Amino acid sequence: MKTWKEIPIGAMIIEPGSSIEFDVTLWRVFRPVLDKNKCTKCGLCWIYCPEGAIMVKEDGSYEINLSYCKGCGICQKSCNVKAITMVREDEKSST
Amino acid sequence: MKRVALSGNYAVAYAVKMADVDFVAAYPITPQTPIVEKISEFIANGELEAEYVNVESEHSAISACVGASLTGARVFTATSSQGLAYMHEVLFMASSLRTPIVMANVNRALSHPLNIWNDHSDAMPERDCGWIQFWVESAQEAFDTTIQAFKIAEEVLLPVMVNLDGFILSHVYEAVELPDEELVRDYIPSKPLINRVSPKLSYTIGVVGPPEYYFEMKYQVLEAIERSRNNINNVNKEFSKIFGRKYGNINNYMMEDAKYALITMGAVTGTAKFVVNELRKKGEKVGLISIRCFRPFPMDEVIKLLEDVKGVGVLDRALTPGGPGHPLYTDICCALYNAKNKPIIQSFVGGLGGRDILVDDFIKMFEIVKEVSEEGRPKPCVYIGLRG
Repeated sequence: MKTWKEIPIGAMIIEPGSSIEFDVTLWRVFRPVLDKNKCTKCGLCWIYCPEGAIMVKEDGSYEINLSYCKGCGICQKSCNVKAITMVREDEKSST
Repeated sequence: MKRVALSGNYAVAYAVKMADVDFVAAYPITPQTPIVEKISEFIANGELEAEYVNVESEHSAISACVGASLTGARVFTATSSQGLAYMHEVLFMASSLRTPIVMANVNRALSHPLNIWNDHSDAMPERDCGWIQFWVESAQEAFDTTIQAFKIAEEVLLPVMVNLDGFILSHVYEAVELPDEELVRDYIPSKPLINRVSPKLSYTIGVVGPPEYYFEMKYQVLEAIERSRNNINNVNKEFSKIFGRKYGNINNYMMEDAKYALITMGAVTGTAKFVVNELRKKGEKVGLISIRCFRPFPMDEVIKLLEDVKGVGVLDRALTPGGPGHPLYTDICCALYNAKNKPIIQSFVGGLGGRDILVDDFIKMFEIVKEVSEEGRPKPCVYIGLRG
């Protein structure tokens, strides 16, 4: 991370899109785990995710970018086919 | 150059006019009001081309100043007492956003009880807000320091507060030498600072500083104010060459061979000088130090000046209830703690809420300083003129 000398004067952010550099992995207690076999590619999780942490891949399938996921669980609630489960960060997921 | 009779307030207003400020936002408060009244008059007369914003409070005044300063404008505001207290939270933002605002604070006591008279209790709670703080002794110094303040503020990108004592300085007319306007404009040319809110730049200003960043962001202010010591010294030197009046971070008087000294701030220094002269006539080796630049605090200068002094009295005009000592006293003690040779340091508090500190009071203070120095230990704080 930047030292006090490297941070622009007045703590300004002088480049657009700086949130891309901000990893929130450590904020999470639960992480979403997507079961691709259950997923119908409906895109509701992608619509509901408040952080834009869910990416659409070229083949139309979805992937969760855990660098930007804060673990709110909204995607799990939005998923009608229950393809997303929230798993504690200190537990291993089965998928 | 011309010599005119000006009140301390008008001296500041003339300095602001000559500094060719671009933006003023202020709210009236006694005893500061004549400053902004005079400035609005200058603007109305066409003598000063600036945007004057009448705001609904001091909180808004300083907030508007921060915004204007971010556009690169030269910005001024003035306040007193409750007004300064009302600005409190924004003062920290002004320094952390590195906006070079210049503010005159006409020192007045804080309520309760309501009191419009002079002491230092308004500015002392703002010691830690990251502003450079000057304290002046005369209307001339108020004028000169305001001019210097723009230079320093814009060099180090920190706000500067010029403190002048309410009524004693703000409303008393003194002879002031006004330099030619061109001389001032050459000294502080209106070079636009960077406009940080220009649509051409995609800056984010006023960011969230999470635990990973806040420390580094605040440290920048600390580093800037430490670095400003050099700028202030250079400005003092340069100013005396151009304008002929010499100022230091501390103004000392008869300190060369002094055995006993007093440390003061602001206009009361004038009375103290008179007393030093009287005591010198009687052969007493007494001297006086007035702290002109309170933030950054002139530790090295204080240590050096007090090397051969036996006893020193520190006069506070504000209180730190329940603290280890009153504001100036604790700073002086802290500065001297690691000094090789340190005097006995006696604390005094006086002149609260506009009560006069008289010649006899200063004579008494020198007597006490002498007495405790001979005893080798100071008394608890002496409250000058307190009944009961």
